Amino acid sequence: MAQTRRTYLVDPLVDNNPITLQVLGICSALAVTSSLSVSFVMALAVTFVTAFASMFISMLRHHIPSSIRIIVQMVIIASLVILVDQVLKAYLYDISKTLSVFVGLIITNCIVMGRAEAFAMKNPPIDSFIDGVGNGLGYGLILMLVGFFRELFGAGTLFGITVLPTVNNGGWYVPNGMLLLPPSAFFIIGLIIWAFRSWKPEQVEEREFQIQHIEEAH
Amino acid sequence: MPEADNTTGLMARWKALPTDSVPKTVFVAVSLCLFCSMVVSAAAVSLRPTQEANKLIDKQKNILQVAGLYEDGINVPEAFARFEPRVVELATGTYTDQFDAASFDDRAAVSDPELSHALSEDPAGLGRQSDYSVVYLLKDEAGDLDKVILPISGYGLWSTLYGFIALEEDGNSIFGLQFYDHAETPGLGAEVDNPRWKAMWPGKALRDEAGDLKITVAKGVPSPDMADHHIDALAGATLTSVGVDNLVKFWMGEGGFAPYLDNLKSGDL
Repeated sequence: MAQTRRTYLVDPLVDNNPITLQVLGICSALAVTSSLSVSFVMALAVTFVTAFASMFISMLRHHIPSSIRIIVQMVIIASLVILVDQVLKAYLYDISKTLSVFVGLIITNCIVMGRAEAFAMKNPPIDSFIDGVGNGLGYGLILMLVGFFRELFGAGTLFGITVLPTVNNGGWYVPNGMLLLPPSAFFIIGLIIWAFRSWKPEQVEEREFQIQHIEEAH
Repeated sequence: MPEADNTTGLMARWKALPTDSVPKTVFVAVSLCLFCSMVVSAAAVSLRPTQEANKLIDKQKNILQVAGLYEDGINVPEAFARFEPRVVELATGTYTDQFDAASFDDRAAVSDPELSHALSEDPAGLGRQSDYSVVYLLKDEAGDLDKVILPISGYGLWSTLYGFIALEEDGNSIFGLQFYDHAETPGLGAEVDNPRWKAMWPGKALRDEAGDLKITVAKGVPSPDMADHHIDALAGATLTSVGVDNLVKFWMGEGGFAPYLDNLKSGDL
């Protein structure tokens, strides 16, 4: 049992990462990763929501009628997200201003729904909670990785501390402005997926079809 | 599900119902909604005062920053106590005591038909303009006017920029300019927040000796007579720069604070 719980927590970090393997939750990964501190808070918020949503849904799983199960899951997730949003607004005002709508959009984050539907509906609460934490951390890991590259090369800072002094501020580094725009996260996530799959070839999906080689007619 | 026993009590009959039956579905839906709404509203109500305080502090912080009084870690409300907010009627340029200056919200007033009007000439892309605006007066120890902070806003490339401009007591020399809310392109238009760009504003004059509004945000090297009124545009952010140019001209012009600044200069207030 202890072994499986460990896998629930560790598996989503690399081997079954929600972003790189399942390619879920990309939308927010594009939007909030332009600076590390924002990525960090987003990662914490998603981990909190996934963990507790999975736990509560798992606690109720025998009482959730299957006809309204998606709505029930949404209600629980949405309530937790609003809670997070309110707390951020009250205690981390500056960061909540940067995150703006994206905290609210955790509701639509496929990872949260995905874990609720695929795992929490079938497993006991503590396992679900650990699974939620694991998936949140897996998501957060990629977020931080993307945020690291985007903030370092886009703004020359890490967590707001200057690492590469930019030309605009009298230094030498010419920042790559594209990295501050959401599309750049596509490239970085793509490269990360490439790196992961080169490292662990078993993550490569099987081809859905083979290109046929037709012998040339003579 | 616990197995149903054979007693005919109401509880037992209820328990015997399958989870997917209509009464249980309705029961789960209603009780879950009730519970969740209670949790959410409790959080919203109990955290409201802290959130409101944050918003206020954020605004005060921006006013302190534009007046050059902000340092990390200072007590914002305490430092802000030196400012005196006043509501100005823009058309006449005079103070009005109709509203409480500390709580009057000019951004909300824009959508109130009683307090605002549609703009026919609208270079700043605002659509509507509030008839009243809150200005912040900074007085020195002797009680004389030191600086006046005016709210400005206008459309850039993607978003409406909201900010403050700080003027010296003559109502003509710029002390500082700062935007606190915008969604311009990071790294390009968002460089309106760059301290090095903002450092070009202090010391510039809105008007020349003849009283013509000359302040301009534009590319290139200005002609000598414009040197006091020219701010170099942001590189790679033409539309944001044009937006800032338009909004500063609009708010400092006749449609904006010009009547008020005239009154301020002539000492009619």
